[in-house]
Amino acid sequence: MTVVSENTEPQTVAAVPAKIAPRPRKPLGSRAYKVFRVAALVAVVLFLIAPLFWMLLASLKTNVDIYDTGKSFLFTPTFENYANVLQRNNYFVFIFNSFWVAFVSTALSLVLGVPAAYAMSRFTMHRSALVVLMARVIPGVSLLVPWYYVFSNLKMVGGFEVLILSHMFVSLPLIVYIMMSYFDSLPLELEESAQVDGLTPIGAFRRITLPLSVAGMATAGILSFIFSWNNFMFALVLSGSKTKTLPVAIFDFVSYASIDWGGLMAAATVVTIPIMIIALFTQKYIVSGMTAGATKG
Amino acid sequence: MSVLTTPRSAQTQPPSGRKGARTPGARENFSGWANRHRKWLFAAPAMIFVGVLIVFPLGWTLYLSLTDSQGSVRAASEFVGVQNYLTVLSDVERFWPAVGRTLSFTGVALVCEVVLGMCIALLLWRPFRGEKWVRVAILLPLVATPVAVGMMWRLIFDPNIGFVNQLLGMVGIPAQPWLSGQDTALGTTIFMDVWQWTPMVVLILLAGLTSLSEEPDEAARMDGANAFQRFFFITLPLMMPTVIVAILLRGIDALKTFDILYATKGKGGGSFHEVETLNVYAYGLSFDYNQYGLSSAVLILFFMIIIGSMWLLTMRKKAVSK
Repeated sequence: MTVVSENTEPQTVAAVPAKIAPRPRKPLGSRAYKVFRVAALVAVVLFLIAPLFWMLLASLKTNVDIYDTGKSFLFTPTFENYANVLQRNNYFVFIFNSFWVAFVSTALSLVLGVPAAYAMSRFTMHRSALVVLMARVIPGVSLLVPWYYVFSNLKMVGGFEVLILSHMFVSLPLIVYIMMSYFDSLPLELEESAQVDGLTPIGAFRRITLPLSVAGMATAGILSFIFSWNNFMFALVLSGSKTKTLPVAIFDFVSYASIDWGGLMAAATVVTIPIMIIALFTQKYIVSGMTAGATKG
Repeated sequence: MSVLTTPRSAQTQPPSGRKGARTPGARENFSGWANRHRKWLFAAPAMIFVGVLIVFPLGWTLYLSLTDSQGSVRAASEFVGVQNYLTVLSDVERFWPAVGRTLSFTGVALVCEVVLGMCIALLLWRPFRGEKWVRVAILLPLVATPVAVGMMWRLIFDPNIGFVNQLLGMVGIPAQPWLSGQDTALGTTIFMDVWQWTPMVVLILLAGLTSLSEEPDEAARMDGANAFQRFFFITLPLMMPTVIVAILLRGIDALKTFDILYATKGKGGGSFHEVETLNVYAYGLSFDYNQYGLSSAVLILFFMIIIGSMWLLTMRKKAVSK
């Protein structure tokens, strides 16, 4: 009751130091709630991690052990599957392909996308932004037929260029979207005062805004890299035997082996591990990228 | 309009401005020009790139949908008007079931993801010990390669050696066919989608929750509202715009789901087309059967469904935000 009476007279309380009228810290419910919360959190974590753990376990088993349900958790681990996948199936080539395509398409998309996002944010070009963001909405298949036609006429299908171009089509809208909300949140005053001090508008962008946007660009770049690494459909149609990326390589694994589960799980682990390691180290950026623009009215 | 007038006013400025001190060389002129036109100079490359890669293919798809193109895109094709659309719209064996599957996949997955996502976000809302580890766990499914995730679930849901059936066996429930069953396959893929993408909804909702001001909640607590009342009458209404953003972002991707469906069931969404959504159907028509005319018609209709549902959601968001 005392708390309520204090709150009804905020003017008089305002002058008093905050110590006297402390904000009531929430009692986080009863003991039962605390126990429930811990149990629920453990359940959530198990639900999210267990399948990945299972994949990892299976990748360390021989196929005989995978078929033996008695050896679900107790078995002699072997790295044979990994040796097979990496050496015999040329996975180092696919790893390089995936990395190269993701890296170049992300770099080029940043070069094109960051200035565009800046212009769209500062000049509130909503309609132009919509054009770029449309790329996120269109089903990829509807672009693949015309692309395939044009690029096969140009004899580009199976080359890196066409894969990079198609992946940029995913990365660019993502980068524009994230960077626009980043630039929106960056105060105008800094650029203005830089211009007063004699920088041209482009100079102010280059020397003031860009250095301040490194975090935003890291966010956009990491997410774009991940999306490109994971992309399956474009590479399925547009990659050739020399430019095959990892997701397509895994898909092909099933078609020619009569499901070698151990090998398949090793291959799946090889694809996901690098991206998860990147994610662990850049967690903060990924979260801010995924939620970019989500909380504005 | 104000933006349009800026370059003109800049042009009419006497050269005695800031740059007047130096001799206006060619470089100076270019830099002046670039600065005056920076709006389009910055935006144009990206827009041209996207424009060329979208507008042209989209126009082409529209054109193809009005022809009987098949076999090879290079083969001669004839203009057949809306024939393809009539064929597709009267196709009750493949097209309409695919529409149904697309909508039920998206609808069920979205409901599960938003409800589950909200529950998890509420659990994570207030700080606790070990928060860091839970956040890592949330991130992992999100970044995992969908094709690899599909393969992983294929093993886990395998009717004979899968871990899920092992677990069920322990509690005495008979083995289920999961992905290989005609009736269970779509549900199983929905489960896979929920596993992978609920974390994204959690992240978005959590960002929304942390940006809420505490006063309304506090006030309701003072008035004696219990936790459920506070959630349904205070937090949820305030969170509605964020919830709709989450639905919008997830919905677009869910409608277009392809990777896990193709990775787990292959061409045509399985031998009975049990997981054949519009995207899988259109992909099959284009690249497995080379029926470009028909597939383009399917794609145009699919595109209209996506735009339509986005438009509805955006309208809803505007109504909620007011």
